[in-house]
Amino acid sequence: MSYLEYNTKYLPTGPRKLFFLNWPLILLLTAVAGVGFIMLYSVAGGSTSPWMEPQMERFGFGLGLLIVVAMVPIWFWRNMAVLAYLFSLALLLAVEFVGVERNGSQRWLDLGVMDLQPSELMKITLVMLLAAYYDWLPRDRTSHPLWVLFPVLLILLPTYMVLSQPDLGTSLLLVAGGGAMMFFAGVHWAYFATVVVAGVSTVFAVFKSRGASWQILQDYQYRRIDTFLDPANDPLGAGYHITQAKIALGSGGWTGRGFMQGTQSRLNFLPEKHTDFIFTTLAEEFGFIGAIGLLTIYMLIIFFCVISALTNRDRFASLLTLGVATTFFLFFALNMAMVTGLAPVVGVPLPLVSYGGSAMLVLMGAFGLVQSAHVHKPR
Amino acid sequence: MRRPIKDDGVLQARMTRRALVIGGAQLGIAGALGLRMQSMQIEQAAQFRLLAEENRINIRLLPPARGLIFDLNGRPIAENEQNYRVIIVREDAGDVAETLKRLTDLIEIDPSNIERTLEELDKRSPFVPITIADRLPWEDVAKININTPALPGITAEVGLSRVYPWGADLAHVVGYVGPVSDYDLSQGYLSDDTDPLLQIPKFQVGKTGVEAKQERMLRGSAGTKRIEVNALGRVMRELDRQEGTKGQDLQLTIDARLQSYVQARLDGQSAGAVVIDLENGDLRAVCSAPTFDANMFVRGISVKDWTDLNENKYRPLAAKAVQGIYPPGSTFKMVTALAALEDGVIDAEETVYCPGHTDVFGTRFHCWKRVGHGNINLHESLKQSCDCYYYDISQRVGIDKMAIMARKLGLGLRHDLPLSAVAKGLAPDKEWKATTRGEDWRVGDTVNASIGQGYVLSSPLQLAVMTARIATGREITPRLIKSIDGIEQPSGLGPSLGINENNLRRVRQSMVDVTNHQRGTAYSARILASEVKMAGKTGTSQVRRITAEERAAGVTRNEDLPWERRDHALFVNYAPLDNPRFAVAVIVEHGGGGSTTAAPIARDITLQALYDGTPPLDAYPSAVRGRIQEQQDRINAMITPGATVQDRA
Repeated sequence: MSYLEYNTKYLPTGPRKLFFLNWPLILLLTAVAGVGFIMLYSVAGGSTSPWMEPQMERFGFGLGLLIVVAMVPIWFWRNMAVLAYLFSLALLLAVEFVGVERNGSQRWLDLGVMDLQPSELMKITLVMLLAAYYDWLPRDRTSHPLWVLFPVLLILLPTYMVLSQPDLGTSLLLVAGGGAMMFFAGVHWAYFATVVVAGVSTVFAVFKSRGASWQILQDYQYRRIDTFLDPANDPLGAGYHITQAKIALGSGGWTGRGFMQGTQSRLNFLPEKHTDFIFTTLAEEFGFIGAIGLLTIYMLIIFFCVISALTNRDRFASLLTLGVATTFFLFFALNMAMVTGLAPVVGVPLPLVSYGGSAMLVLMGAFGLVQSAHVHKPR
Repeated sequence: MRRPIKDDGVLQARMTRRALVIGGAQLGIAGALGLRMQSMQIEQAAQFRLLAEENRINIRLLPPARGLIFDLNGRPIAENEQNYRVIIVREDAGDVAETLKRLTDLIEIDPSNIERTLEELDKRSPFVPITIADRLPWEDVAKININTPALPGITAEVGLSRVYPWGADLAHVVGYVGPVSDYDLSQGYLSDDTDPLLQIPKFQVGKTGVEAKQERMLRGSAGTKRIEVNALGRVMRELDRQEGTKGQDLQLTIDARLQSYVQARLDGQSAGAVVIDLENGDLRAVCSAPTFDANMFVRGISVKDWTDLNENKYRPLAAKAVQGIYPPGSTFKMVTALAALEDGVIDAEETVYCPGHTDVFGTRFHCWKRVGHGNINLHESLKQSCDCYYYDISQRVGIDKMAIMARKLGLGLRHDLPLSAVAKGLAPDKEWKATTRGEDWRVGDTVNASIGQGYVLSSPLQLAVMTARIATGREITPRLIKSIDGIEQPSGLGPSLGINENNLRRVRQSMVDVTNHQRGTAYSARILASEVKMAGKTGTSQVRRITAEERAAGVTRNEDLPWERRDHALFVNYAPLDNPRFAVAVIVEHGGGGSTTAAPIARDITLQALYDGTPPLDAYPSAVRGRIQEQQDRINAMITPGATVQDRA
């Protein structure tokens, strides 16, 4: 298959592609990662180890990955979509059998050099697959029930596997991300209305099932929901994390307590301060200005992605870009909502800031896809 | 397959629209997040800041130094000494077992301490310091400090602990301190004390005596330090500190040297003695024998020592001088005499016939002298301690007036002293018997009371106060605390008692003759030296009933009775005769006769007080001078000023 089928008038080739990269987007990603480095330095008590240095290495590697992915024509990735999805599915299956268990969840594969979280990979490959699916699907079948059911199954299969790890946060992201893809693709709004109604009923059922023989969620998941609904109920037990996180965040004030002056994180009152709760340290040390600053950079990334998608006349590229942007948004919005007490603690890291290899590499790869779409857009 | 882009028109437009919808929704969510942050970080910032501060800042109390206690002459009698202890911090110690082994090789530590330390180390966080042993001698501290590199995590620390330099001599007066107990806080004397210091584990509070009664004063108030802690409670740094105020220093009226002498003089007896300064009511010595070493309690008394103290039949823990109540015996006769004289029912020269016994409504009351004293007046009756005279006059004056006189002289009422368990004693009257026993007062009760037997009970302290009041005619109140933080406390010298001076003079003259007239009951215990004389009164109070059969067969001699059935020996006196300075009361439990047992002790105490040290030997009967000299040398060696318990041991 040649790019000629895109009716392009002009396509950059070779190193010239570098000039067509979406450079503002790369700068914004680097800025976010930079914030991450600073915070990891701070929570380590003013030390580059154990978190900042590995994180920088990974980001460097991730940046390389982004460029490489960006250089590869977007149609190659479209053709890879099914394979990538199946590969992710295989990895998820592998986790079931040979996964590493941590904190009661079996989510990781030990690859020797690093631990890989296949569910992270699945978020992006699912988006790829759905973009490719709607690119392939004849336009008049978009809202046909059978052709709606198929992508729903494509979404629910990995969701079920992730949920059984158990990992509620990632499952939610998979469903939300996949749903967004279908929405972008133009599936009739009535389906979504139905799902919303069904969703509300499900939530009702989940609470109703508690303690019954057909209990849907794990006990600890119920406790997390309880804690979310009333953190003060058990301030030293399950509510401890969220209470301390809110104290840290709230005590930042306008300008924060100063770099490395956050008492909540420095004195270990904050849980998971280098991963899921890193935003609270940022908010504590740099205050409202710092927190809003990071939120703004994130929103600018979304903005640049949406602009890129809307100016791209290739359907796969547009859908993929929008999908990646939405997944990214869900990532940080859920994390921020979680640490500010607006959402239950479901264990979602702050993208590109939280310490963690899988998420960083997968996201950089995903933005590589966005860049590829940008570079190879029909002009 | 060609991909005609134009065909995408409709869906392309829908995608754009939907992307904008989702984008808008995202912007809305981001806005909501921003608002949430604004609400938490700006509107509620102060509240969250406060919570964060509460999280990280702990306030620790700094115990103040306990106030010191001095004697009349400024000799310390309760001090704080530096107490060295050795502590271990697990996280710094590395191999705990190995480190402890090295420590035990270096200095001697009780194996039980090591065991307890290991147990605690297991339970506590690794950064919590655990005390291995305390009260280390300075040499051990030096050894630890020199070997610091070989003893990781082990340090020697210094704290303050209470020490009583006079050890046993003042144990009943000063008392001792000990760790505050749950009982103290719930039901004990600290139950309404809200001082946060009491929440410190093992905080030392007064347990008995002045230490307990003046606890508030001696304790001082806590200082505070604010420290920053992390989530695990580890101390990160000290933020600031505010020193507390030291407890107030007390100066007692006790003369430690005299106290020590009296204590030594009473040694071997179960006895109590009190010396009062007549100029101001100051208690110069308040002694109970046997006694115990107060330091033993501060260090933590062993089970064996505790059992020994409790099982000793002489009751070393009882403060007999203020707490013990005894029938005052013949020392009460002054009360009966003064009550009768003041009431006018007798004339001092009037005589009463003493045949050796008196019959009252069919009951026979005996005089101590079987053959009787014959016709006897007030003066002779006190001097020779005739009982029948008092049987007679007491029936005339009546118990109620005797009780009033007794209280006027300081008997039967609780003197307000900062000591544990100051006894009230008993000056019985008709109302007392009616309310407590529900019985009518009988004449026989009055007759018994007239010679200080029956219901009458008094402590050595009360007898000393009585003597002081008779000697001065003024209301002398005993005083134990001379000054607080250098501020002199009110004198105990009160106004005149309002007793006719002539009557008092008659009684005093009789007391002079008790010790200075050949036929006086305490003539053998008189002071020989001419410049000072003392006046006194003997007392021998029965603790058993003598049956008619026994009386017929001859009363069993004290020496032939088991100890606990022998008579109590009492003696009260004052000296010198003109312008008296000291009043003394001595009780020797089951000591036999007042004249033979108590009077010599009282004389020796009086001389010691008057001369403030070794009195001239010619004050004593020549027969006892050798013994006195020997005794004096021994006691002087014991009470070398400033000598500590350890030196004397």
